[in-house]
Amino acid sequence: MTAPTLAALSAGLKARQYSSVELTRAALARVERSQPQLNALVTVTAESALAAAAAADQRIAAGTAGPLTGVPMIHKDIFCTAGVRTTCGSRMLSNFVSPYDAHIVTLLADAGMVMVGKANMDEFAMGSSNETSYFGPVSNPWDTARVPGGSSGGSAAAVAARLAPLATASDTGGSIRQPAALCGVTGIKPTYGRVSRYGMIAFASSLDQAGVITVSAEDAAMTLQAMAGFDRRDSTSIDAPVPDYVAELQQPLAGLRIGILKEFFGEGLSAAIEGPVREALATWQRLGATVREVSLPSLPLSVPTYYVVAPAEASSNLARFDGVRFGHRCDKPRDLMDLYKRSRAEGFGAEVKRRIMTGTYVLSAGYYDAYYLKAQRVRSLISDDFRRAFTEVDLLLGPTTPTTAFGLGDKTSDPITMYLNDIYTIGANMAGLPAMSLPCGFADGLPVGVQLIGPHFAEGRLLAAAHAYQRETDWHLRAPPAFGADFAGEA
Amino acid sequence: MSGEWETVIGLEIHAQLATKSKIFSGSATAYGAESNTQADLVDLGYPGVLPVLNAEVVRMAAKFGLAVGATINRRSVFARKNYFYPDLPKGYQISQYELPIVAGGHLDILLEDGSTKRIGITRAHLEEDAGKSQHEGVGVSTIDLNRAGTPLVEIVSEPDMRSAKEAVAYMKKIHTLVRYLGICDGNMQEGSFRCDANVSIRRRGAEKFGTRAELKNLNSFRYVEKAINLEVARQIDILEGGGKVVQETRLYDADKDETRSMRSKEEANDYRYFPDPDLLPVVIEDSFVEAVRASLPELPDDKALRFQQQHGLSPYDAGVLTASAEMAAFYESVVALVPSDPKLVANTVMGDFSASLNKDNLDIANSRVSAAQLGVLVSRIVDNTISGKIAKEVFEAMWAEGLEADAVIESRGLRQITDAGAIGAVIDAIMAANPKQLADYRSGKDKLFGFFVGQAMKATDGKANPALLNDLLKAKLAP
Amino acid sequence: MTVFLGAKSSKAARPPTSTRAATMSLSSKQIEGIAHLARLELDAAEIPRYVDSLSSILGLVSELERVNTDGIAPMAHPLEGQVQRLRADVVSSPNLRDLLQANAPQVDAGLYVVPKVIE
Repeated sequence: MTAPTLAALSAGLKARQYSSVELTRAALARVERSQPQLNALVTVTAESALAAAAAADQRIAAGTAGPLTGVPMIHKDIFCTAGVRTTCGSRMLSNFVSPYDAHIVTLLADAGMVMVGKANMDEFAMGSSNETSYFGPVSNPWDTARVPGGSSGGSAAAVAARLAPLATASDTGGSIRQPAALCGVTGIKPTYGRVSRYGMIAFASSLDQAGVITVSAEDAAMTLQAMAGFDRRDSTSIDAPVPDYVAELQQPLAGLRIGILKEFFGEGLSAAIEGPVREALATWQRLGATVREVSLPSLPLSVPTYYVVAPAEASSNLARFDGVRFGHRCDKPRDLMDLYKRSRAEGFGAEVKRRIMTGTYVLSAGYYDAYYLKAQRVRSLISDDFRRAFTEVDLLLGPTTPTTAFGLGDKTSDPITMYLNDIYTIGANMAGLPAMSLPCGFADGLPVGVQLIGPHFAEGRLLAAAHAYQRETDWHLRAPPAFGADFAGEA
Repeated sequence: MSGEWETVIGLEIHAQLATKSKIFSGSATAYGAESNTQADLVDLGYPGVLPVLNAEVVRMAAKFGLAVGATINRRSVFARKNYFYPDLPKGYQISQYELPIVAGGHLDILLEDGSTKRIGITRAHLEEDAGKSQHEGVGVSTIDLNRAGTPLVEIVSEPDMRSAKEAVAYMKKIHTLVRYLGICDGNMQEGSFRCDANVSIRRRGAEKFGTRAELKNLNSFRYVEKAINLEVARQIDILEGGGKVVQETRLYDADKDETRSMRSKEEANDYRYFPDPDLLPVVIEDSFVEAVRASLPELPDDKALRFQQQHGLSPYDAGVLTASAEMAAFYESVVALVPSDPKLVANTVMGDFSASLNKDNLDIANSRVSAAQLGVLVSRIVDNTISGKIAKEVFEAMWAEGLEADAVIESRGLRQITDAGAIGAVIDAIMAANPKQLADYRSGKDKLFGFFVGQAMKATDGKANPALLNDLLKAKLAP
Repeated sequence: MTVFLGAKSSKAARPPTSTRAATMSLSSKQIEGIAHLARLELDAAEIPRYVDSLSSILGLVSELERVNTDGIAPMAHPLEGQVQRLRADVVSSPNLRDLLQANAPQVDAGLYVVPKVIE
C-alpha cells in the first residue's frame, strides 16, 4: 500500500504519477463518501479546490512548485477563509462568510496547497469530543460509535480516514493532541507565538495556538515549515527565524535526555494506555535516548488553572458575537437587551454558554483576585516547573490521554468528567510549550497516543524524536480498516 | 446657606490623539467620512483579528506626560473593560487600567485673583474610542463605527478643583497644552476633546469627600461650567433637604439645561477588567523618553514666563497670548518687527486683531491680516506716523479691504500732523473762536483742557500728533 | 454568599475537598446575575443545570485556593520577556464597507441598525 503521507503525495505529484486535479478529485470523493459516517467536514469547497488544483498543476508544470504544491488539505473551521463560510462549529456563525483569510490559510495557499473543505470541530473549540458542534458530532474512524476527541475532532478524523494527508488544527488545552491520539494520527502544537493567530477565531488568547494534524512527523515538519513564522498582525507572534524543520528531522537521537512525567503515570491513567506509552519509551531508549523520571509538582494544577484562565478569556473574546455586525440575530427582538440575550442564547450551545458564564463569574467584581489572579500565579508555578525540568532533560514524555476514545454520549452529562480528558495536555498550553502526540499502539483496537513536550521553540527536536520513532514503528501508517484504502491509488 | 458648602471637582478629560491611523488598526481617523467607511476588520471586532499598537500613540502620550511633569511608566499594560453596547464592537474596550503609561503630574492654573493653583494629575492612560450611536430613527438606533478605535488619552485629575471656574480653567489649560504638543486638534464640536466631571460637595472644613456624581460627555467649556453649577445646586438642595446624594452617572442636557441620571448605564456596572492577552506589555526605553523630551516645544507656561520677563507683559496678558501656540507665534512675529514696544504689540494683537478674528469666526491660519502687515501698522504708531486712534481706522480698512497699512495711511491722508507751526496755527484759531472757554480755563477751569484738545483734533481730522498737540496747547493756553 | 473569598482565607483550615465542592454552590439568583452580565437568556429549565455545572466547575477550581502563591507574579503571557511591538502610524485599511457589512443582520444606508437604545 502506498503510504498516504504528504511526503509521498508530494513525491508522486513531482514524478507526475498523478496530477493535483486527480488527487483533489480523489480527496473530494473520499470526503463525500465518508461524510454520512464521519461528519468530519462542515463545508466542502469542491469548486475552488479544483481551481486551486489546476493552478497547482500549472506550477508543477512550470517547475515553480514547492513541496506542498498541489496536495489536498483541510482547514479546521476555526480558521477564517475568504469567501468561504467559517462557522467555528457554531450556530452563531452558521452563515458567516469570512471576508478575509487567516494568516496560515494565506501561507498554505501560497505554498500551493489545495483546500478541499473545512473540518468540523467543537463549538468555538470548547470540547474534547467534538460533540458540542452545532453541525453534529464527528465519529472516530476506528469505531464510529466513538468520539474522535476534540476540539479538532474533524481534523483528526479526516486525517485518520485519509480524506486528506493533513488538516490544520488549533490547541488551547489539548485540542490538537487529544484528538490526534484518539484517532491514531500525528499532531503538533507549536510554541505559543510560533504560528500566527491572525484569522484563527479566538477561544482563549493566551493559550490558543495553531498547528497541524498529519499522518507522520515528517509531514508535520513539512507543513509547519510553511505555517510558522512572524506575522506583524499578531502582537504575540514571535519575530524569530524559522529553522529548517525538515533538515532537523535528521538530528541524531543519541544522548537525547527524555524525562518521564511522574505526575502523568499515577492514578487515573488506564493500563491500556500506559503499556503502549512505556513501550514507546523503550523504543526511544533503544534509539539512544537516556531516560529519567521528572516530577513537576504543580502540573496537576493545570486543569483547575485552565478552567479559570480559559473561560475568563473566552467570556471576553466571545462578547463580540452580539447580533449587531455579524453572526446570528434572533427574530424580532423586543429591545436591545432582548436582541443581545436571545441572539447569544440561540447562537451559542450549552458548553459555550457554560464557559462564558464561568469566565464572567471569575472576572466579576470581588472574585477577580481570588480566581483570575490566583490562577495566573499558579500558571507561573506550572511554567517554572517546566523551566526547571528542561534544565535537566531535553524532552518530557507522557501519555496524551488517560483513556482511548470513549463512546459518543458517554461523557456529555458531566462537564468535569469531560474536562479531565485534557489532564495531560493542558500543561503545555499553560507554559506555551511545543508538544506533539504520535500514535504508539492500540488498545482493544483503538489508537493510543504518546505525548512529547519540549522547551520553547524546540519543535525541531520534537519532530526529530518523533520521526526517529516513526522510522522504527509503523503505528502512524495504520489506517482504520473501513477508511484506509489507498489514497493515491484512487487518483 | 450655600456658603457653608465646598465644591470638590475632579475631571477626566478625553483627548483624541491626532494620529493618521487608529490605535490598533490601519483605518483612517479623519473626521466626517461617510458612515462605516473607516472601520476595518479590527475596528469591527471581526472574529480572528488582532490589535497591533500604533507607535505614534505611545510617543504622544509620553509627550503629554513629560509636559505635565509626570512619570512615564517604563512598563504599561493594556486591559479589557468588558461591557455590552452597540457602539462597542468587541464587547470590550481596550484601555489601560492598573498600569497606565503616564502617572502623577500636575498643572498650574491662573485664578481670577491673579494667584496660581496647582492641580494634580493622577494619571493619563491610552484607550480606544467607541463608535457613535444615533437614536433619531423610529424604534431604532443606528451605529457608525468610524470613530471606533480612534486613539484617546484619558487624563485623570486629582479632586483638586473647588469651583466650576477652576474646573474650566484647568480644562482650558489642558486644551492649550495638548494643542501646543500637537497631540490633539482640540476640536470640541467634533468631540476630539471632551470631559467627564466628578462633582461632590462637603461642609466647608470637612475632611471627608461627599458622595460624587459623574457628569458625562461635557464637550464645551460653557457646558462644563453650567453642568457643574447645576449639579452643585442640586446636591446642596438634596443635602439641605435632609436627603443623600446617590453615586451615579448623570448626563448634562444642554437643551433643557439640566443634569439627569443615566440609570441605564448604571445597572450591572461590572467591567471585569483583565489584562488583554492579545497585547503585550508596552515597554519604553529611557532613550525613547529622552528623545521625546528633546522634541518638546516651548510649553505655554514657559512661554508666558518669558513674555513677562523679556517683554514686560503682565501675567494676564502673557496668559492670553500663550493660550494657543498660533497666537503666541503670531505675537512673536509682530514683536520681531516692533521690538521697541511689545506692550503695544500685545494690546493690538489681543485687541482689534483678536476681536476681528472672533467676529469673522476665523483662526490665525486664515487671518485677513498677516503678522508682517500688522507689524507695519504698529510701527507706524511707534514712529509717530499715525496715532493709536487712527491706527484702529487703518486696521479696519486693512481687515475689510485687504490693504497694506501704508497704503491706507497715504490714500486716506491719515498721516499725523507733526509740524508744530501748523498745529500752533490751528490752536490759535480755536483760541480766537472760543474766548469764553479760554477765559474760563485761564481762571482755573482745568477741565476745559479736554475741550481744546477735542476742537483741535476735530479741526485736524484727528491727525494732530497727540503728544505734540498736548505740549503746544499747554503752552499756548497758559495765562 | 458561600463562595470562597480568596487567598487570604486560604490559610485557614480547610474542610476536605468532597464537602468543599458542596459549599461552592452558586444560587439560582447568582446564575441569573451572571447570565445577565454575559447577556445570555436562560429559560427556567436551564438555570438549575447551570447552577449544578458551574458549582462543580468552581469546586474543581477551588483546588487553587490551597496553593501557596505568596510572592509569585501572575503570568499573563506564556512567553515572558516579550514586549509589545509597535506599528507605524500609516493608514493601510481601504474602505471595504460593503464587503464587511455583507455579514450584518441589518444595515441601513451604511449604518448598523439595532432596536432603539434608551438612555
